[in-house]
Amino acid sequence: MLCQSCEKKQATTHIKTIVNGELKEYNLCSECAQKLGYGSFFGSFGFDLDKLFGSFMEGKSGTGGKKRCQCCGSSFEDIAKSGKIGCAECYEVFRDELMPSVQRIHGRTNHTGKLAHAAGTEVKIKNEIAKCRYELEKAIKAQEFEKAAELRDRIRELEQANAANKGEE
Amino acid sequence: MSENKYENLKDVSDVVISTRIRFARNLREYPFPCRLNDEGRRKVASIVKEAVLDGHSAISGRFRYIQMSELTQEEAVSLVERHLVSPEFISNRQGRGLLLLDDESVSIMINEEDHVRIQVISAGMKLDEAYDLADKIDTLLDEQLNFAFDDTLGYLTQCPTNIGTGMRASLMLHLPALLQSGAMGRIAASLSKLGLVIRGQYGEGTDSRGAIYQLSNQVTLGISEQEAVKNLRDIAHQLIVQERNARESIAENITIQDKVYRSYGVLQYAKLISNDECMEHLSNLRFGIEAGYFKDIEFSTVNRLMMEIQPATLMKNIGKKLSPAERDRIRAELVKTALSQKTVPANRRLE
Repeated sequence: MLCQSCEKKQATTHIKTIVNGELKEYNLCSECAQKLGYGSFFGSFGFDLDKLFGSFMEGKSGTGGKKRCQCCGSSFEDIAKSGKIGCAECYEVFRDELMPSVQRIHGRTNHTGKLAHAAGTEVKIKNEIAKCRYELEKAIKAQEFEKAAELRDRIRELEQANAANKGEE
Repeated sequence: MSENKYENLKDVSDVVISTRIRFARNLREYPFPCRLNDEGRRKVASIVKEAVLDGHSAISGRFRYIQMSELTQEEAVSLVERHLVSPEFISNRQGRGLLLLDDESVSIMINEEDHVRIQVISAGMKLDEAYDLADKIDTLLDEQLNFAFDDTLGYLTQCPTNIGTGMRASLMLHLPALLQSGAMGRIAASLSKLGLVIRGQYGEGTDSRGAIYQLSNQVTLGISEQEAVKNLRDIAHQLIVQERNARESIAENITIQDKVYRSYGVLQYAKLISNDECMEHLSNLRFGIEAGYFKDIEFSTVNRLMMEIQPATLMKNIGKKLSPAERDRIRAELVKTALSQKTVPANRRLE
């Protein structure tokens, strides 16, 4: 399909938007998408998902191409083509294939935010420690030494709990 | 006009229209929506619906459930115009459900790109308040639903751009002076280096309609929710100061003043006005208030009009389908009435 804007290049970006009370769908090439402000997350990082996953596929096809997720049936080719992950399990199955793009999208590979109920004990403790360290730094900067001392004790406690937790496993 | 006025970050209603916080969540046991069949979608919808409506929280009773397939096209489009759901969400409404809080400040989309999208919208700059509410609702749901979570990657989402916190925090900004000065391109480029993105209000053209832009965080992995919100706020403050300075430099310009007063005239006296034309004039009027030309028009009046004049929302409020010409007539009336209620232009300076 050709880009609806320049009518020259292959359309790679599918846009849904509301224009004058109606839902409109457009197919644009990446350049026109960028020009029209649909630059999406990938554009501004200087690559687009299709190309990125596409280049992985070139390297992987033949070897990794046969592997399928047991849960949803996705192959890595399905994910690469659509830019969509099939299910939570896919992140486990295709972790090695996905990590380079995760690294490129976010610049980092380790979650440091809110933890779900389902998170493991170790990561919960680690997260709490990180939070305390952050608070500790703030307290020291603000010269709130009493608070800083409390936080330091709390971090110590947590580190012991972490060690104990590891011992049990 | 003291320096203070431009550095005052307590009241930023001259620039910030609204705040939005969105969390993306998925149920561990079901494939993501792109791999989910109709039966699965129905199940997910009913599980989430139950978790929200039967939750043991005061807020549970304030939600109502909307089966998206049962809405008329106008009702569905109006939800997008009011920023309660995404365009993607109404493009295919089968198997999709919406939970809406009574005052429409919280919407929970079911089976959009992810199983659950919790969204809190608030007028003005309310990042902490909106985040706290979204966080609370998320925690309530997390107790009942088994959210897909990985110790290293955080919350797992259908698109890898959302993994980690799954949080997108956005501010809707009115930036007419920066748009006028041609600085938006440069700003957009430098923001992307800081992990933020600025786009038109529905993600459309860089020449955003009505000079309204959406500023949001882009990176969701390796950064905590609090840091991301703080980052967004810091950058927004810088943009606010820049916009105010740019306004100051053009506020006395006779061409700009002429444009604003003409817009005010059209809004007051037009008999037929299209959506695009109306948005443009409202944006100019808003600039006029910001620049101090009009003392008796509230930002909230303009904000409300910008929402209500949109085609589908207009028809929804009238309660019937209207032809474009009928809409233009009613739109003109609506604007005229709203502005005549308490507006006397403050004759600024006779030079």
